[in-house]
Amino acid sequence: MSFVSVENIFQTYGKRPILERVSLEADEGEFVSIVGASGCGKSTFLRLLLDQERPTRGEIIVDDLPLTGEPSQSRGIVFQRYSVFPHLTVRDNIVAAEALSRPLGRLFGSAKRAARDRAADALDRIGLAHVADAYPSALSGGMQQRLAIAQALAAKPRILLLDEPFGALDPGTREQMHGFLQDLRAETAMTVFMVTHDLQEAFKLGDRVIVFDKTRWDPHDPAAYGATITYDFDARNGGIPYQLEEDHHVLDAEPAQPVASPR
Amino acid sequence: MRWINRRPGPVARVGLAALPFLLVFMAYSAGSAARLAENPQDRILPAPSTLASTAWRLLTEPDRRSGDILFWGDTASSLTLLGLGVGIAALIGLGFGLAIGLIPLVRTTLQGFVSVISMIPPLAILPILFITLGVGDTAKVALIAIGITPFLIRDLTARTLELPQEQIVKAQTLGASSLSIAVSVALPQIMPRLISAVRLSLGPAWLFLIAAEAVASDSGLGYRIFLVRRFLAMDVILNYVIWITLLAFLIDGTLARLSRWLYPWAEVRG
Repeated sequence: MSFVSVENIFQTYGKRPILERVSLEADEGEFVSIVGASGCGKSTFLRLLLDQERPTRGEIIVDDLPLTGEPSQSRGIVFQRYSVFPHLTVRDNIVAAEALSRPLGRLFGSAKRAARDRAADALDRIGLAHVADAYPSALSGGMQQRLAIAQALAAKPRILLLDEPFGALDPGTREQMHGFLQDLRAETAMTVFMVTHDLQEAFKLGDRVIVFDKTRWDPHDPAAYGATITYDFDARNGGIPYQLEEDHHVLDAEPAQPVASPR
Repeated sequence: MRWINRRPGPVARVGLAALPFLLVFMAYSAGSAARLAENPQDRILPAPSTLASTAWRLLTEPDRRSGDILFWGDTASSLTLLGLGVGIAALIGLGFGLAIGLIPLVRTTLQGFVSVISMIPPLAILPILFITLGVGDTAKVALIAIGITPFLIRDLTARTLELPQEQIVKAQTLGASSLSIAVSVALPQIMPRLISAVRLSLGPAWLFLIAAEAVASDSGLGYRIFLVRRFLAMDVILNYVIWITLLAFLIDGTLARLSRWLYPWAEVRG
């Protein structure tokens, strides 16, 4: 059985269907990019993977464990914003990854010193050692996201979920963050699901790019049907999808093309 | 240049800030002088010099009966009651605010109840407190606490609910339990909000304290004001009012400084 197995899930809020008939298999160590138009359920799907809510129908099994309905340490998450704790210094944000699982959310004595040493190493690796004692609000957007990723990884999750992690960054910083994320992946070989609006980013970082869209569309009632996975591209080998027989790179094509909906 | 774009220079800043104080003082002096010119025995608007000499007498002369300086005794008594009342209210407000804000079951149970309770006019239940708790200090502390607790609970609940959901989810993915989220994620972040809520509720707290002291007491700033009212001792009343205002102003400023010093991260985010 695959590491992540999504079996025919439906998600409905009230009477509004968001996702329908979504199935997906992913192997351990895969990087899956998730793209799609706004409001087509990408983030809902990520919340389901995170176990923050349960699907209306269907099942998600990760690592042979069914979901429980609340987030746990097996999954790490990085949001576009608010991922780090503003009241903790940069170093303490990393320490919190270990400390929060204690009864009071705090470490004491030698355990605390050891965690601070490990945090210092982590900050060295991600190039934030010089701001270890600053508060996150003093950091640039790119540094905050680097910290958020390092914090999520410090808890050693089985899967890392990224919800538009670089959406609020300027292009240069985004480029740096791509490098940072690729290096981290090379080191940890971790399973990653990333929601993004940026197709180029999706193909550059992902092993697979899955596209969410609505297969049925009622022009009089756009919310009548939910979205499902409409494309599943292989994005390895520098993002050249072998499924596409056309003689051109997806990266050179108009960005909208791979998501062109069948509606 | 438009008025909205004109800014005072450093000298004008000090001058303009002092202007209203100066105007009030001048208006008072003029009124006092006019009344005293008509009737030198007038007690309603004592001259500023009389106020100053009364202040000196209050600060230095011990009471003939007890030998204590009443002014300091009154201050200590009032501040103790105020501190106890506000402290108890802050603790209750913090506990309930966190619980209601973080735990849906508690929220469903208590939110409606708290919003009904907060509509009870505290002064209307002062007689109940005097009947049940006696006319001693307990009833006064209880009045202050009851008076401001609902506001603190509601404010801190709102602040807790304002914490980004992302942070709560993130904490869970780091393995945090409900308790450790409450203690290590939510509590430190609403502490600065507690301080600002307490600053806002200091006004009502003084109101309840003085009202309770006026009704039944044997010391305290409010008690003294209402006692000397019988003798039309405006010089004493005005001195006490100025002193209470100064105390409230100092407490407020101290809390603001304390918040900036303890929670430097809270200022940047605004």
